[in-house]
Amino acid sequence: MIESPLAPSRAAVPRGQVLRRGLLANPLLLVGGGLVLLIAIVAIFAPLLAPLPGDAGTATHPFTVLQPPSAAHLFGADQVGRDILSRVIYGTRVSPVIAAVVLVIACAIGVPLGVVAGYLGGWLDELIMRVTDVFLAFPPLLLALALAAVLPASLTSVTIAIAAAWWPWYTRLIRGQAASVAGRPHVEACQVLGVSRFRIIFRHILPNSITPLLVQVPLDVGGVILTASALSFLGLGAQDPVPDWGLMTAEGQSYFTPDWWLVVFPGLAILLTAFAFNLLGDGLRDLLDPRRSFT
Amino acid sequence: MLVFVARRISLAILVIAGVIVVTFVVAHVVPGDPAATWAGPHATAAQITQARRFLGLNRPLPVQLVSYLGGIAAGNLGTSIHTHRPVLSDIATAAPATLELVITALLLAITFGVPLGLASARRPGRPADQVIRAGSILAASMPVFWMALILQLIFSQRLHVLPAAGQYSPGLLFTHPLLKRTGSPVIDALIAGNWPMLGSSLTHLILPVVVVAAFPAGLIARLVRAQVLDTIGDMHILNARALGFGERQIFSRFAMKQAWIPVSAEVALLFGYSLVNTFLVESTFDWPGLGSYAAASTTTLDTPAILGVTLFVAIAYVLANLAVDIVQAAIDPRIRLR
Repeated sequence: MIESPLAPSRAAVPRGQVLRRGLLANPLLLVGGGLVLLIAIVAIFAPLLAPLPGDAGTATHPFTVLQPPSAAHLFGADQVGRDILSRVIYGTRVSPVIAAVVLVIACAIGVPLGVVAGYLGGWLDELIMRVTDVFLAFPPLLLALALAAVLPASLTSVTIAIAAAWWPWYTRLIRGQAASVAGRPHVEACQVLGVSRFRIIFRHILPNSITPLLVQVPLDVGGVILTASALSFLGLGAQDPVPDWGLMTAEGQSYFTPDWWLVVFPGLAILLTAFAFNLLGDGLRDLLDPRRSFT
Repeated sequence: MLVFVARRISLAILVIAGVIVVTFVVAHVVPGDPAATWAGPHATAAQITQARRFLGLNRPLPVQLVSYLGGIAAGNLGTSIHTHRPVLSDIATAAPATLELVITALLLAITFGVPLGLASARRPGRPADQVIRAGSILAASMPVFWMALILQLIFSQRLHVLPAAGQYSPGLLFTHPLLKRTGSPVIDALIAGNWPMLGSSLTHLILPVVVVAAFPAGLIARLVRAQVLDTIGDMHILNARALGFGERQIFSRFAMKQAWIPVSAEVALLFGYSLVNTFLVESTFDWPGLGSYAAASTTTLDTPAILGVTLFVAIAYVLANLAVDIVQAAIDPRIRLR
C-alpha cells in the first residue's frame, strides 16, 4: 500500500471521537493544556497584568526593600524594592521563550542529521551515530553546564549550551524512524522511478519521520525550562535586571531566611510552568501513542 | 557472553575517548582567559604571559590535546586554577560525599518508586492512579535547587526538626572523633561503632537525599506503571492468575519481574542525572562533595576543575550504563543477541 503524508482523512470522524473521548478520560491533559494557555496569556499581556511593569527592569525603590507580601506587593518586594509579582509575571517571557528557541535549534540540527543517517545509511550513518553516542554519554544538564560555564554568562549562551546538549536525542529518535520509512514500498518505488535523493528526502522521508516529534517536543519543554533555570541559578545565564526565575531564586537565596518570599514565588513559577508543560506533553503522548494509553 | 562483554567494553572506551575530545573542545572555545584568572586580578601582563606558558596554553591546540590525553591516561586532569591543587585529588576528596548522597537517594527512589508504580498500575485511570501520576510528573517538574531551599526553610529554619547543613554536627568531633576510612561519615561511623556520629550523619543526610531522590522516584514509578501494564495481559500472567495467585502476588511477583530490566537501565541513567543534580543542591546544604566543587568552579571560571568534574561524571555515567548492560545480559540471554 502506498502511504502518503497527505492521505485523505478517511479516519477523520472516528479519530475526532477518539480525541474527544481521550480528552475526557485524561484530566491531566486538560489541566496541563489549561495551565499552558494561562501562561501564554500572562506572557502576552504581561504589561497589562503586572502592577509595576517598570520593576521587570532596573527600577529601584529604596523604601520598599525586602517588604513582605502585602496588598501593595502581593508577592512582596525584592532586595532592591522591586515588586516580585511584576517580575514573576514578566518571567513568563523569559524561560518559555528560551525553551522554544532551544527546541527549534535542537530540531534544526538533530532532525536533518537523523534523516540523513537513517535514509542514506552506510559510513555516514555510522559516523553521525557514533558522534551522537558521545554526546548522549553526557547527562544533558552536565554538557550544557560545562558549555555555559566557559561561555560568557548570558541568555544567549544558555540557549546555545542547552541546544548543543539536546540535539542528539532528536537525531537518534528521527534516525530510527527515517530508517524504517526508507524501507517502505513507496520510497523504493520513487527510487526505481529515478526521483532524486534530495526530493525523496524532502517529500517522503522527512514528512513521514517527524511525527514522533509531536510527542517528544512538548515533553521536552519542561525539561529545557528546568535546565535553563538551573543554569541561571548557578549564575551562568541571565544577569541582573532580567526577570529570570532561576536568577531571582539565586539572588533571593542570601535573604531567604527570614525573607522567604524572594525565593518561594519565583521557584513556584518555575515549578508550575514545568508542571504545566509536562502534564501537557504526557497527556499528548497518551493521546497520540495508542500503544501507551491504557485507559 | 564474552563477545558481548568485549564489544560493550570497547564501545564504552570509544565513547569515553569521544567524551574527552568533547570536553577538550569545550575548554578551548572559551572566550575568557584562564591564564588571567590563574594569575589573579592584579597580575601584570608579563605575569599573565608567564602563567600562560606555565599552564601550557601557548602551545598549538593539537599539541595541547595530545598532552591532555596523555595526562588523563596518567591520571592527571590538570591543576585547578582556583585551588592550585591537582584536579584529580580535589575530585577524590569530594567524590565520597557525593556518592553517599546519590546512592542513598537512588535506593530511596527505588524503595518508593516501585511500590507506587505498582499501586498505580493496579487500577489504571482511577483516582489513586491519577494522583500518583500527577505526583510523579510534579516530581519531574521540580526545580531541585528550589526544593532544597524550601525544605531547608520548612524543616530546619521553621520547625527545627532537621539540621540545615553539613554532613554531621561538627561539635561531635570533640566528643566522638571520626576516623576517616571511606570518606562517607555514615559508613565510617558504622564501622567504628560510633553511634552518636551515625545518628548525626543520618539526620544530616535526610533533606539532601529527599531532594535528590524526588525526580528518580517519580520516573521509576512511571516506568514501573508502564512496564507492568504492558505485560499484565501476557500468557504467563494469565497462567499465574489461573493458578490462583492473589492480585498482590500477580503484580509484585510476576509482572514486576520483567519490569526490573528496564528499571535497572533507568537507574543507571538516573545515576548520571542525580550526580549532576548534586551541582544544584550540595552548596545549599553545605555538602562537601563534587556538586559544591563544581558550583564553586563555575563561579571562579576554573576551567580545568569544571572539565575535570564533567569528565569524571560523564565517565561514571558511561561506566554505570556499561555495568547495567553487562548485568542485564548475564540475567537475560536475549539481550546478548541485540
